[in-house]
Amino acid sequence: MVRVKRLVLDILKPHQPNALEFCQVLASVGEDYHVTLTVIEMDEETATTEVVIEANHIDFDAICAAITSVSGSVHSIDFVEVQNDTQQK
Amino acid sequence: MISTLKQVALLLRITNSQDIMRRYFVVNGFDGALTMLGIIVGFSLGSTTSLTVTINACVGAAIALAISGLSSAYISEHAELKRTLVELENIMLVNMENTAHGQAARWVPIFVALVNGLAPLVISLLIIAPLWLADAGFSLIFPPLLMASIIAMTLIFFLGIFLGHVSGVSWLISGLRTLLISLVTIFLIYLFSKN
Repeated sequence: MVRVKRLVLDILKPHQPNALEFCQVLASVGEDYHVTLTVIEMDEETATTEVVIEANHIDFDAICAAITSVSGSVHSIDFVEVQNDTQQK
Repeated sequence: MISTLKQVALLLRITNSQDIMRRYFVVNGFDGALTMLGIIVGFSLGSTTSLTVTINACVGAAIALAISGLSSAYISEHAELKRTLVELENIMLVNMENTAHGQAARWVPIFVALVNGLAPLVISLLIIAPLWLADAGFSLIFPPLLMASIIAMTLIFFLGIFLGHVSGVSWLISGLRTLLISLVTIFLIYLFSKN
């Protein structure tokens, strides 16, 4: 099984919901999700952020849906860590 | 249920609508209470008016205030939030209909309208309650019009206390200030009405 363990996303988000609420929504996607958000740039209405998501098995579609639900927009996937657990025969 | 409440709280927070709702509640609640007080004091000056006529006049005014509050708040808030959403979409360069801001543009005007419409209606119904009770044959400790006036002034006093709590000034001074407005209203009605 191929599992996504770490993602670094470049996300543009409005000032509201704030960074704390934004991360809480992303972390609530899975029980072991660990989310870190760094504000890279602040504009009048928006903030460019770098969001790091770590978990045992990240559901990317669910993360994208969660980001959209809190008005964020994924600009790019900047870093990915993926692991293949399938045993070779 | 809790997640729905959390979502509603989020939508209100991202649009900064709690302040608007609080302001609408006080403004239109005050409108309702003072309108009822005016009608009741006006009717109490005429000695021959039946209770049914007074109740109908009060209910008519209460419903009109509620509909006015609902429609005006919905129309204005819907336009404001729609404009904010379009501006944000232009900045973010994405369609935001399915985001929290899109949901807020659809639902927050309804919440604000409900507060703006229900505040005068509920306050008016509380003030009219003694008239209904007297009309239904219940005996009250005071005459129904006096009882309704006392309730109206009490509610106006409480709205003042609430404003004092919001602004952080003395609740007593704030309550007495709104009570003074109602006393001035009564005085003006007595001054300009024909007995």
